[in-house]
Amino acid sequence: MRTDEMRNDIPKTSFWRRQMSGVRDFGKGIFDKIKAIYEKRKLQINLIIILLLLVFPYLARSNYIMGIACRMLMYSVLAGSLNVINGYSGQFNIGHAGFFLIGAYTEAIFATQFGISFWPLLAVSGAFAAIVGFLISLPTLRLRGIYLAIVTLGFSEILRVIALNWSSVTGGAMGIKSIPSPTFFGMTISNSSNYYYIFLFIAILFLAVTGRVLKSRVGRAWISIREDEAAARSLGVETRFYKSINFMYGAFWAGVAGAAFAPYYRFIASDMFTLDEGFNILSMVIIGGQGTLVGPLVGSIIVNLITEVFRFAARYRMVVYATLIIVMMWWRPQGLVGAYDSVFAIKKSQRKPVRMASAKEAGEE
Amino acid sequence: MMGEVILEAKEICKYFGGLKAVEKVDMQVEKGDIFGIIGPNGAGKTTFFNICSGIYQPTSGDILFNGESIINQRPEHIAKKGMARTFQNIKLFKNMSVLENIKIGFHNRTKTTMFDAIIRNKKYRVDEEVIVREGIAILEKVGLSEYRDTLAGNMAYGLQRRVEIARALALDPQIILLDEPAAGMNPMETHALMTFIQNINKEGYTIVVIEHDMKFIMSMANKVLVLNFGQKIAEGTPEQVKQDEEVIVAYFGKGLDLGGGH
Ligand SMILES: Nc1ncnc2c1ncn2[C@@H]1O[C@H](COP(=O)(O)OP(=O)(O)OP(=O)(O)O)[C@@H](O)[C@H]1O
Ligand SMILES: [Mg+2]
Repeated sequence: MRTDEMRNDIPKTSFWRRQMSGVRDFGKGIFDKIKAIYEKRKLQINLIIILLLLVFPYLARSNYIMGIACRMLMYSVLAGSLNVINGYSGQFNIGHAGFFLIGAYTEAIFATQFGISFWPLLAVSGAFAAIVGFLISLPTLRLRGIYLAIVTLGFSEILRVIALNWSSVTGGAMGIKSIPSPTFFGMTISNSSNYYYIFLFIAILFLAVTGRVLKSRVGRAWISIREDEAAARSLGVETRFYKSINFMYGAFWAGVAGAAFAPYYRFIASDMFTLDEGFNILSMVIIGGQGTLVGPLVGSIIVNLITEVFRFAARYRMVVYATLIIVMMWWRPQGLVGAYDSVFAIKKSQRKPVRMASAKEAGEE
Repeated sequence: MMGEVILEAKEICKYFGGLKAVEKVDMQVEKGDIFGIIGPNGAGKTTFFNICSGIYQPTSGDILFNGESIINQRPEHIAKKGMARTFQNIKLFKNMSVLENIKIGFHNRTKTTMFDAIIRNKKYRVDEEVIVREGIAILEKVGLSEYRDTLAGNMAYGLQRRVEIARALALDPQIILLDEPAAGMNPMETHALMTFIQNINKEGYTIVVIEHDMKFIMSMANKVLVLNFGQKIAEGTPEQVKQDEEVIVAYFGKGLDLGGGH
């Protein structure tokens, strides 16, 4: 209702602008309708989706397809956890590959050197990544926006270089080979059709847990920091603490995804965790929709599909990503799933209510 | 209880480089006061508030809240001690609904941890229930019930100011600092706001309010502090202040209406 009213005063200028808003409205119809239906029958729809996902390997009957499905699920956790940082608390992390790396290496090292089994290592790797997330959050607590982004980027590269050069532990340029496959009640889980269930389990757990956290005092504190840090502090939100916790939470799940990834590939090396990987994850978040729970999931599906379709032309894949991101920024800056009235939707200048007699605003910041 | 000092400023100075934004300002706010701060543009009123609420550190001087020094404390800790504030340039959580905005105000009064939220234990459920119930009660009190699910950023200007006050009330503070709460309001809204502030004052909230609108301050405040160029030029009851030479010069120099006079 109110968004309609507001939008009416945007496009009254030119023909071209009217066309543009028409294109935007196209997205509004579809995604907001789906959302409305979903909200109504949440439980039933969730159950049906989970059931379909459970029988999917039997329908697909193809290790190739299941391999894609595995990647989609894994990246939905990576993108989703990045979204908790970038989309919900409004921090700007572009070095998410670093946390992914920590998780993968932790699992690989503990599994190959000490023979510890996969399942506890999922949590251990997550915890390691969370600790690193905490450390990186310390110097960045005072930084914002692009400055924070540069620190996370640098940190991600530092981790990769450490992994590349600390040969005695990480295998150096050779990486770590023969990472043992997980077992489940004596059954070895190695091919994609089986491994799918591990990624599915992690993805569902991630969504369920994150959904709950976001709907609590903790999630609200994160969002309040994104919206207005000074106001949040004036209401008693310990912003430093919550920003740290936020980084740790995102890092934890990236670590878990990394831990699941290492024995899936059975081989890891530092060049799997370059900045490109970080941008790859970031693009999923942007395309799917920051600040929404399902956005990164949709982003992961779309980006992975594109990756598959353009596999024959791997070089031009990046061009497609770039084009897609630019189109998204124009068409739906809030991402495919982003609410029509979300933070990322319309330019700030277009959203501000008219201010009468706006008083001088000196001295607040 | 009356007469007990709740918020005290001692020779507060704040310099921005060579600019003396606040210079040796003393203030004593007593429990139950509606304490007005007036002064021309750039007098240092907002800066003074920012020092009281911990956003700025003073260059020198001390702030006592309930007898305890609160300089060097972070804004969030001062808020926890029972001081709430609003901002001259409204700072709402624009992409959250009005009720969600209020919910942040309950942050201090609830203790749900991430773990509680994940397993949805009793603590979580009780906290959420209390927040929603009391949040709705606050919305009713400030007359915003019908807007509970509206995005705060989409509200009209005058209503946004009310949301901000409601959010401050959710803290259940002892004292509320209001920075130009009537700015941008029409006379009717201003009048409603005055009644509202008087009502919450009667409920026991101490109020410090910055306002340009002289009628507003003169008819509501029981004590007024006048700042000009960072310095205190007068203090006292509205009647005393109105007759003060320096105040008249400061204000008539600016061509402002003293209100009530003619
Ligand atoms: N962060 C800052 N850095 C530098 N100068 C500042 C800062 N904040 C405020 N000032 C200056 O300090 C002086 C006092 O500003 P302040 O905002 O406190 O005035 P005010 O009394 O609130 O005015 P108004 O009635 O316009 O709100 C002004 O000259 C202002 O430009
Ligand atoms: Mg001011």
